[in-house]
Amino acid sequence: MARIEAEVGKPQGGFMKWIDDRFPFTSTMKYHATEYYASKNFNVWYVFGVLAFVVLFIQLFTGIFLTMNYKPSAAEAFASVEYIMRDVEWGWLIRYMHSTGASFFFIIVYLHMFRAMLYGSYKKPRELIWIIGMLIFLVLMAEAFAGYLLPWGQMSYWGAQVIISLFGAIPWVGDALVEIIRGDYSISDITLNRFFALHVIALPLALIGLVFVHIVALHEVGSNNPDGIEIKNNKGPDGVPLDGVAFHPYHTSKDLVAIIIFLMIFCSVVFFAPDMGGYFLEHANFEPANLTATPEHIAPVWYFTPFYAILRAVPDKLWGFILFGLSVLLPLFLPWLDRSRVKSIRYRGWIYKSALSTFVVTFLVLGWLGTMPAEPVYVLIARVFSVIYFAFFILMPYYTTIDKTKPVPERVVYHG
Amino acid sequence: MDKFLRYAKVTLLAAFLVTTPVFAAGGGAKLASANIDPDNVNSLQRGAANFMNYCSGCHSARYVRYKTIGKDLDLSEEMLVNNLMFNAEKTFETIQASMPAADAARWYGTAPPDLSLMARARGADYIYNFLKGFYVDKESPTGVDNLVLAGTSMPNVLWELQGYQTAHFDRHDNADGSVTTTFEGFEQIAAGTMDSEDFDEFVRDTVNFLAYMAEPVRGFRVDLGKWVIIYLIFFLLIARMLKKQIWKDVK
Repeated sequence: MARIEAEVGKPQGGFMKWIDDRFPFTSTMKYHATEYYASKNFNVWYVFGVLAFVVLFIQLFTGIFLTMNYKPSAAEAFASVEYIMRDVEWGWLIRYMHSTGASFFFIIVYLHMFRAMLYGSYKKPRELIWIIGMLIFLVLMAEAFAGYLLPWGQMSYWGAQVIISLFGAIPWVGDALVEIIRGDYSISDITLNRFFALHVIALPLALIGLVFVHIVALHEVGSNNPDGIEIKNNKGPDGVPLDGVAFHPYHTSKDLVAIIIFLMIFCSVVFFAPDMGGYFLEHANFEPANLTATPEHIAPVWYFTPFYAILRAVPDKLWGFILFGLSVLLPLFLPWLDRSRVKSIRYRGWIYKSALSTFVVTFLVLGWLGTMPAEPVYVLIARVFSVIYFAFFILMPYYTTIDKTKPVPERVVYHG
Repeated sequence: MDKFLRYAKVTLLAAFLVTTPVFAAGGGAKLASANIDPDNVNSLQRGAANFMNYCSGCHSARYVRYKTIGKDLDLSEEMLVNNLMFNAEKTFETIQASMPAADAARWYGTAPPDLSLMARARGADYIYNFLKGFYVDKESPTGVDNLVLAGTSMPNVLWELQGYQTAHFDRHDNADGSVTTTFEGFEQIAAGTMDSEDFDEFVRDTVNFLAYMAEPVRGFRVDLGKWVIIYLIFFLLIARMLKKQIWKDVK
């Protein structure tokens, strides 16, 4: 001890100096929080990133406690969930938070993605942030799908049966692929075990890694804003963007308000309507998986239904699978499909505004259709809206080019 | 006159029930509301007694502990042991059917389902209409069929209370050769020990208890939720003040 002090000298600068000599704590805090400048004119659409982070935390936290009491075996899974709901202290709360959190994760992520479409957040120089975000979305879908099998209810079982069998439509390798995913000739105890492993280890790890990279990429280029103006182009003499305010304490104090409002909505569902009328917790999932009784109406959970409606709208199995996959992946190409000179919807013309509005309606209608039984009239409507869904993306390079845009101001619009 | 009114009520209810028995079996039936009051402890206590006397012989509720029922329905251990626990020793035990499932499967063709979660899986209205939907069918091995679940292997265990009813159907031949069967109403052919209002209450209490068993924590959950929301409103006011304070210099 004495020798080290003799060499280094008496420590100066106290505890933080000691830490900073060994770990870039203060500089990291500055870079990512107290000296990370984001536009002061963020509106309500800009809270969903931080809310997604909150929900991720809720899911990880409650997930740990569920794992402590859940049994990943076909014989015990259903009973262990009821054990959590009835016998584990506060188990019902943990479980409802987790099941409600899953649905809210998608609500928030969809709104977060819609924000990017409103204000052109995926456009140069933020293409990578968007792509990483889309990867997060894909992993999230896989995570939710794996998690939905775990309660081992009727809908868990038959929903998984339907979705996994889709891969069988792939020529040559389809059947082998389905067997690899299931690990068996049908969905069984083995499938449940591997889905459990994916749900609690592999996919959450990927999710956290991607979220980290998403934020690193964001902080490298800086956040977009409702005007789609690069605030870094207008810096004061001190090098601080004139329209920017520090993430901490400005945006954090604003986000705190948003988080509490979110928690009020979230808790209202958890405490007053955890089933959400059968959309968050499907009624049929309160019956244990029964391999010999197919439910009359198999519907995936609501957050998959827009894509499921597209799948069912296609008469051919292979093409259905291809278009289903394409409908999920197409947004990935938005940075290059969108040829508009401006980012924000505020300065775009009526064509893009109409196209985006139509797209929102289309997405909602497809979502609704996906929950309905596949009766001819619904399938017909689904076909019409599937065409509109694809047209939005495929025609985008054309209509964003001809759309008349308005001049973009120098500085962001802020009314205090 | 009284009898006429009762018939009128039953007919009205029945008209409400379903359009076709086929549709009813399909689960798309329009069901009359069970109209249960989950906060009515007396109703739940009566429902618990009904369940133990009429259901638990064949049906288990294997996730529900007697102890939990006692705590939630204000029943002492003594009351549980004397009135509800016919085949259990300790209050921490769960509700097991008296009839062995293997025998039941042999006798009825299928083992009676566990009822712990039935109200959440099918809904309280479904069970309410099912229990009131038995009608005489001479061709069925149990002597009855059911309007809500056609071809059910469950006998009408409440016949003594309800008496017997028949169902009237109307058959229409459609232009395309198919047949539409319309349910026209029930007709009481033998009186039970209860009149229809008492029987209605009996079924409602039982369904109320089944709904309770499906989620015993519901009452506590709703009560706690109110406090959580009140806390968050308080927290929101403070956070809003903090935000205003921090942002006051931003122009």
